[in-house]
Amino acid sequence: MTDAAIAYPHGDPHHLRGMEASRVAHAGPPSKRIVTGYGFWIFILSDMVMFSAFFATYAVLLGQTAGGPSGRELFNLRNVAIETGFLLASSFTCGLATIAADLRNKTWFHLAMGVTCVFGLAFLAIEAREFADLVARGAGPTRSAFLSAFFTLVGCHGLHVSAGELWLLTMIAQVFAKGFRADIQRRILCFALFWHALDIIWIAVFTIVYLLGSAS
Amino acid sequence: MLGKLSWSAIPIDQPIPLIAAGVVLVVILAVLAWVTLKGYMPYLWREWITSVDHKRIGIMYILLAMVMLLRGGSDALMIRVQQAIAYQSNGYLPPEHFNQIFSAHGTIMIFFVAMPFVIGLMNLVVPLQLGVRDVAFPTLNSVGFWLTATGALLVNVSLVIGEFARTGWLPFPPLSELTYSPGVGVDYYLWSLEISGVGTLVAGINLVTTVLKLRTKGMTYLRMPMFCWTTLASSLLIVAAFPILTATLAMLILDSYFGFHFFTNEAGGNVMMFMNLIWAWGHPEVYILVLPAFGIYSEVVSTFSSKSLFGYRSMVLATMAICIISFMVWLHHFFTMGAGPDVNAIFGIASMIIAVPTGVKIYNWLFTMYGGRIRFATPMLWSVGFMVTFIIGGLTGVLVAVPPADFLLHNSLFLVAHFHNVIIGGVLFGAFAGLTYWFPKAFGFRLHEGLGKAAFWFSLIGFYVTFMPLYAAGLLGMTRRMQHYDVAAWRPWMIVAAIGFVFLTIGIVFQVLQIVVSILQREELRDRTGDPWDGRSLEWATSSPPPVFNFAILPDVHGEEAYWAIKSRAKQRDLEKNEPHYEDIEMPRNSPTGFVCAFFATVMGFALIWHIWWMVALGFVGAFATFVVFAWRDHDEYVIPAAEVARIDRANMAERRALASHPGSA
Repeated sequence: MTDAAIAYPHGDPHHLRGMEASRVAHAGPPSKRIVTGYGFWIFILSDMVMFSAFFATYAVLLGQTAGGPSGRELFNLRNVAIETGFLLASSFTCGLATIAADLRNKTWFHLAMGVTCVFGLAFLAIEAREFADLVARGAGPTRSAFLSAFFTLVGCHGLHVSAGELWLLTMIAQVFAKGFRADIQRRILCFALFWHALDIIWIAVFTIVYLLGSAS
Repeated sequence: MLGKLSWSAIPIDQPIPLIAAGVVLVVILAVLAWVTLKGYMPYLWREWITSVDHKRIGIMYILLAMVMLLRGGSDALMIRVQQAIAYQSNGYLPPEHFNQIFSAHGTIMIFFVAMPFVIGLMNLVVPLQLGVRDVAFPTLNSVGFWLTATGALLVNVSLVIGEFARTGWLPFPPLSELTYSPGVGVDYYLWSLEISGVGTLVAGINLVTTVLKLRTKGMTYLRMPMFCWTTLASSLLIVAAFPILTATLAMLILDSYFGFHFFTNEAGGNVMMFMNLIWAWGHPEVYILVLPAFGIYSEVVSTFSSKSLFGYRSMVLATMAICIISFMVWLHHFFTMGAGPDVNAIFGIASMIIAVPTGVKIYNWLFTMYGGRIRFATPMLWSVGFMVTFIIGGLTGVLVAVPPADFLLHNSLFLVAHFHNVIIGGVLFGAFAGLTYWFPKAFGFRLHEGLGKAAFWFSLIGFYVTFMPLYAAGLLGMTRRMQHYDVAAWRPWMIVAAIGFVFLTIGIVFQVLQIVVSILQREELRDRTGDPWDGRSLEWATSSPPPVFNFAILPDVHGEEAYWAIKSRAKQRDLEKNEPHYEDIEMPRNSPTGFVCAFFATVMGFALIWHIWWMVALGFVGAFATFVVFAWRDHDEYVIPAAEVARIDRANMAERRALASHPGSA
């Protein structure tokens, strides 16, 4: 058996160039788009590790209400459902923007990104209102360890969405000014990964914080 | 207007920090003046500060580490002197100052010496070993370096403006909470580590992507040099562990800035959670530091034994096993804090298991040396010194991993001796081995052998004389971080340790001398071929220092030890006859993004420490604007024409041909 066959019996999945490529053990560095996307995935993984630290903290401090209100008394699931709807819908429109970018259609790209931006802002507005409402009811983050953990976990996601909004607007401006250059396409790819990853984290927030929190 | 900042922040009543800071300031100003007067500023800006070349960035990381080593070493000197004279007296350092010194010593040595040293070496060497032209994200690499430098700068600013943490190198609550640490000391600690932590994370992501994605043709995973494997493992640990540190310190910040209750004693806060979180990062951190050093020893031992590495595949397995198990032992840092016998037993056993792959490595190095034609050059001396020292450190480590024994040894000087034993004997010796081994590659001339050997012997003897007494004092019950003590039996050991530190200091002086003398004698020490040690991996296949594009033609790898194979098959002579077809090379353009971004991060960090909120906003807007400006540029690459590539490569090939024509030399 040759070296090459041992190393990649079915060929390198990132180099689907037929038999020619699979005959060499390793065909060398892939395209920039693949490297960039791959690197950004690694970043997202690290971000998920950070969130997992906040999730673990939340789980530890869940019962530590210090005589204050618990999640059951505080969470309004109807609000959260609307919030979730906006975020999931924004992920869908973000997907549309990616398709528009692939087709190099500026009009549809701007439209889809614009809608994504609005949905994201709606999500943030609802979250901000929820936070303001809690603080007004005397259930701010300094009230108890449970509320510290709650505000930090959900707020950290909110900060990520805000950063995403800033990035989104920058991407709109960039495409407007420079068009779909290769490096801008790579940034759109990373932005889309980021935005979808925030959705995944929100699903965990929704389930663990709000659903389980209201049940307990 | 300026938050908590006022003239009272400058410690006019404390002569030691003021004089130290004054000296540092004078040195910095003198260097700046010299650089400006000589007209080197544009060169520095163009070729170094804005460079995105992985070699240059690696060198800057190492330079930062060496400067910070002097700072951390001065702290160590002060600690040793204090403990030598503070028997039944207050010594010369008041408690609040002594506490800042040992906190700064640990923080600086781990985060701003060991980390930048290993990250610098990985940056410098890994792309060369993989046979590629740069890391995956060159500009981000520069951002990462400058953010690390920002963290180091903030820690040192605390010397003159305000104070540093008095909590030890890890700020355990409730001591680090607002109630007990109302000053800016802990804030300096928190923000410098948050900022430099981002830099480290960026470096980790970059190196993971580089190793996994950017390898030259034919460089399969199991053909990579060992150092690439340990870099991969270490960088994976950075990616998985540093976000935990970021999150944990963020929670402590929220506690002390906004009155949250994560780790407080009131309102349901949980101090033990800090212990768990910080050590869930802290233990992998140990392996982030030592794994690259293991890789360096593997390269050095194999090269200087003139043999391939014994048990390459078992070494890969051992590395990856350590990478995973390192996440399963964190609780052994606080056996005494009430986890109970079952939990302690599990973590005790896991801690012993992690010694197994390390043992595998030691045997592999020994068997690599066995039957080899060993050359005891300086890097090899550091490696052999490491093997002996690290085994002692490992054995005492297994000792403290036994929970009942740990109940006696916890927080004693025995523990201090243990971790200095593994970090100096493991990481620092490795960094020095790597420095002397790859210095000719980075600069084109070797380091002076005699002075290097003197530095090694003084450091080795100094290490033993300094730290073996600490084991003894620890067994006699002396706890760590004591500003003064009343037990007569400890005193002799403290005096011996202080004498040992004199040897260590002489070792450092020789290191500095070695570099200075080597620069002066660089013509005699010149490495013209690019392969001064008869090396085996691809970094030796290009000239010293390598051209900006590393390789004129990306090498084609056919097995392990790529360059050794090229040499043995005398491929060079083929190249000599049929000159390769040179092509234009595209390289990333320099960018001040990293430097400017770090400038704003410094402003923001300083403002956050002193609660100057408008300046925080300014720093944030500046950093964001920097990235937008970077994203807006139209040309991110420049082209080196084929003729230029050919000119550079032919010169090196001519030198190699001269070497290859000497029989028996390759």
